[in-house]
Amino acid sequence: MIRLEQLTKNFGDTTVLDRLDFSVDSGEIFAVVGPSGAGKSTLAQCATLLEPPTSGSVIVNGDNLSHLNAAQLRVARRKIGTIFQHDGLFSRRTAAQNVALPLEYLGVTPLESKRRVAELLDRVGLSGKARSYPHELSGGQRQRVGIARALALRPSVLISDEATSGLDPEATASVVSLIKELRDDLDLAIIFITHEMDTVRSIADSVARLDRGRIVESGSLVKLLHDPDSELGRSLQPRRAHAAATASAITWFVSYRSALVPADWVSQLGAALGSSVSLLGASIEVLHESTVGHATISVETSEDERVRLALDSLGLDARREDPVRLSVTS
Amino acid sequence: MRHSNNVPLPDIPALIFPALLDTLIMVGIVMAIVVIVGVPLGALVHNLAPQGQFPRPRLHTVLSWIVSVGRSLPFLILMAAIVPFTRFITGTNIGIPAAVVPMSIAGIAFFTRIVENSLRSVPPDLARVATASGASPLQVIRTAQLAEAVPSIIGGLTINTIAMIEYSAIAGSIGAGGIGYVAVTYGYQRFDNGVMLATIIVLVVLVACVQKLGDALVRLTTPYARRQHRVAQPA
Ligand SMILES: Nc1ncnc2c1ncn2[C@@H]1O[C@H](COP(=O)(O)OP(=O)(O)O)[C@@H](O)[C@H]1O
Ligand SMILES: [Mg+2]
Repeated sequence: MIRLEQLTKNFGDTTVLDRLDFSVDSGEIFAVVGPSGAGKSTLAQCATLLEPPTSGSVIVNGDNLSHLNAAQLRVARRKIGTIFQHDGLFSRRTAAQNVALPLEYLGVTPLESKRRVAELLDRVGLSGKARSYPHELSGGQRQRVGIARALALRPSVLISDEATSGLDPEATASVVSLIKELRDDLDLAIIFITHEMDTVRSIADSVARLDRGRIVESGSLVKLLHDPDSELGRSLQPRRAHAAATASAITWFVSYRSALVPADWVSQLGAALGSSVSLLGASIEVLHESTVGHATISVETSEDERVRLALDSLGLDARREDPVRLSVTS
Repeated sequence: MRHSNNVPLPDIPALIFPALLDTLIMVGIVMAIVVIVGVPLGALVHNLAPQGQFPRPRLHTVLSWIVSVGRSLPFLILMAAIVPFTRFITGTNIGIPAAVVPMSIAGIAFFTRIVENSLRSVPPDLARVATASGASPLQVIRTAQLAEAVPSIIGGLTINTIAMIEYSAIAGSIGAGGIGYVAVTYGYQRFDNGVMLATIIVLVVLVACVQKLGDALVRLTTPYARRQHRVAQPA
């Protein structure tokens, strides 16, 4: 478990982190999103005390790291594994030697270290690459080595700063599924920092949006996605182009408000309204056993209130689309 | 033009090789001192900078300035300027011991800068990775800075060694012995072209060998280049 209390960081006169408060439980993946310059990397550095916070506390498994001296901090940091953007691998060390670094710093015997490194590389699916140098590995493989290294000292907290940024979709997916697997197997509390909303949807249990050093919105992923008034929830969803409605029809933007929306809601809506319903575009998926997403439909009726009520009773939030908007004809 | 007192051709090796040995001893001793002092000093200067492991900006400025002064003095002037110091250390101001002192000072200043520059070209992220992985500041310097900079430091060491061969010739000209001494006394003062040519050939070959050895070591210590090399060679 990791908890931040009133964590503040100033660089000179600028406040980069402003009294952050949140906690991540064991087994939870907490995503932090935000625009570039929001303070995400600073948050990662302060949470590991690589940068000393100006004020506030970082508490890991009940131990407050904020008032430790350098030597005590080195010991306390073993509880936190860090995954860096651009993998942070040492170019002159093989994959195995990179994974062995934290063990070497700790003074683990070479024999013990060798055994542990083999186990870690196996864990991330790279047993065959132990003797490869970083330049001989793909981006996804390098990031896996970085993950193995972060786990070397059996941490209970993992902090990942843009670990998947710059990876191709396939490598991103493999890193995401590895991190989720590790969370399940090792009961890690994970802070996953990213600016990629697709990755957040596939990995996070809860999300916070950081903007100019403040957490402006946070909550469980599914709750945010089901809340039509949540700006964060909306920004997490892909907004795709949809087909144009016929001239006589009215276009509605419909989003899932609950997990109880029937799968055949389109035909149920058509039956309830007694008019045809066209599906113009949609982005719907199942996350944590709940269906989330949105659809753009058009209905051949101008009785807006009836449409709204019918959709509402199906568990869907409905907003009339501005008739004058750019769209793609299919 | 021929002079009657020219060294006969068969006698040139007997003149050149002991001198070459003197040069090698001089440069060897100097380079050992330069590496032993220059590596820690370069690492220290690098880590006293604001982004280093123990930032002391004021001390960094002072040290950096001292190194710059050492670097910017022409060797001949440095050598002359520190004669009292040299005599104090070695008890003499001629011969190999006397040459080693000014050469070491110039070499250390040179190499400190090289080490510092090499460390600056290592991604600073790696120091953060090491710290996050539980490294002490000294472990950070050893593994995340020096170890990663090894090829670049060896490249610099090569240049430095060649510069020291050149300095040894300058030192030789004021009586330190070695190839430079032979070149000046026979080639320059007695117009002995045979000896002059022989010293030039020996120096060119020596410098070329050092360069080759340095390049090979750089390749050997760079995993990327090592692989390229292997691929480039026919199987
Ligand atoms: N060492 C530093 N000194 C001064 N300002 C910094 C430093 N590190 C980060 N900042 C500033 O803090 C802000 C947040 O940076 P960062 O945490 O890297 O944002 P993000 O990772 O969200 O893009 C930026 O405005 C940046 O300029
Ligand atoms: Mg960042």
